[in-house]
Amino acid sequence: MINVTELVYRYPTGFDALRGINLQIDHGEKVAIIGQNGAGKSSLVKHFNGLLKPTSGDVTINGVNTKEKTTAQLSRWVGYVFQNPDDQLFKNSIREELLFGPRQLSTDQVKIDEIVLEIAHLTGLESSLDKNPYDLSLSDRKFVSIASVLTMDQDVVILDEPTAGQSDDKIALLESIVNYLQEKGKTIIVIAHDMEFVAKNFTRVIVLSGGKILMDDSADRVFAQPEKLRQSQLRPPHITRLCLEFGLPVCFNVPEFVEAFVNSCCKRS
Amino acid sequence: MALVELKDLSFKYQLADEFALKRINLKIEEGDFYAIVGANGSGKSSLCYAIRGFIPHFHRGDFSGEVLVADQSNSQRKLGEIGLDVGFVFQNPFSQISGVAMNVYEEVSFGLENLGVAKEMIAHRVEEIMTLLEIEHLRQRNPYNLSGGEQQKVAIASVMVMEPRILILDEPTSQLDPVGTEQVFKAIELMKNRGMTIILVEHKMELISYFANKVAVLKNGELLLDGPIQDVFTSPVFAHSQIKPPVYVEVNSELKKHFDYCCEEVLTHEQCTALLHSLKQRSAIEK
Repeated sequence: MINVTELVYRYPTGFDALRGINLQIDHGEKVAIIGQNGAGKSSLVKHFNGLLKPTSGDVTINGVNTKEKTTAQLSRWVGYVFQNPDDQLFKNSIREELLFGPRQLSTDQVKIDEIVLEIAHLTGLESSLDKNPYDLSLSDRKFVSIASVLTMDQDVVILDEPTAGQSDDKIALLESIVNYLQEKGKTIIVIAHDMEFVAKNFTRVIVLSGGKILMDDSADRVFAQPEKLRQSQLRPPHITRLCLEFGLPVCFNVPEFVEAFVNSCCKRS
Repeated sequence: MALVELKDLSFKYQLADEFALKRINLKIEEGDFYAIVGANGSGKSSLCYAIRGFIPHFHRGDFSGEVLVADQSNSQRKLGEIGLDVGFVFQNPFSQISGVAMNVYEEVSFGLENLGVAKEMIAHRVEEIMTLLEIEHLRQRNPYNLSGGEQQKVAIASVMVMEPRILILDEPTSQLDPVGTEQVFKAIELMKNRGMTIILVEHKMELISYFANKVAVLKNGELLLDGPIQDVFTSPVFAHSQIKPPVYVEVNSELKKHFDYCCEEVLTHEQCTALLHSLKQRSAIEK
């Protein structure tokens, strides 16, 4: 559904953010894009909804070249949640924020009201609908920006650093949102620096470094290569580091690690 | 005598229904690296705003109690005066970048120029901090054309370079890659070693337990626990905080289900690997 061919992007300042990207993301995939700050992660995903157009190369969504469509046209298929919610929110109430997107796409008010309530419930915003988004904390504003995209019910949802500044309970809420989208058959693309979140929730991981793809593989294979990850200023999750140090199979949670460790002690002795 | 002291501090924002801070009593000694943790909305940023004086000088509302910084009450001082003692790195770098600097070098030197520091000293301190945070390559870039994480490092550098007596950082690594996060923590540690008192809001418990010496846990605006890292993370009360302890604490308690040993101090990667090696050796000998 998303095809990227020889994508190069140069900012007007002359900075080359993307230097020949080739990839394909199929319908319903869950993909995490990771990499050092400035690796080109946001620049790449902004091509999926036409916010950026290739300097050279091509990006197609459902076979349509993004060069031929405006961002507004592409927004029927692709939803993008900005890294900074303040770049995105502009209405006086959360309800208005959530209503704005679907109103641009449909006139069926009953359906619109239904989805707004469903998404407000999903994102924990039900009791805050009449509040001004800017009366909420930065963390909660992120959920408003996520909700305002999800109400548009697009095929592809891109979340740009949703885990930044979130505490454990909010990370759990994000996980339930990812699961909801997966059950709905959406394509989910997430940019994140939280390796525990990536390892736990995403099977395919794309590592960017200096505007190029360094790795594109399953989470357990990607996180088994600490030296390669370091090239993009990344490290495996804490528990995976212990696995690697003790020669155990890669895993991402404590009970699995301890079980493998206990078994290895029995075997070796 | 404590360098920062909160006495029975309560605060409710003007249009809020609930108090953001409820009768907080806390002492921070000179030279401490004090981490403030808690779930989103627990009052961490508000606590920092009170120490910097933004509460009540900028954010209005119901304020009671007292905040003492260097033995002077914040209520009796102007915001600018408090700023001479307390540097503040905001949670959102987008709202901190000054907007007047044409490039990163100017952005980082802006504060020192306003303090009237000599030109040679400015150059020396700016170079040092940019090297420390590995942002030298960004010196000619416009701060607004940087990625979120790069902006966050520039925001940290622009405050750190002023070498305040007390440095408050509100989630300074939220948008940084893992290695960038470690660079920032090492830079903070260097500042601490130079005598700076550090107050840090952060969610990354593994790094807190490695670098900080004390931690305060907030829950719904109340101070749930505070004290040395080891005591707080292993306290039964911590379980009520809505946040997870460092992963190594969980590994330790899971290991105790399989091995008979007495070891409480497992907070860092190094302590955890040392424990695992000793358990492995012991298993081999027993067999």
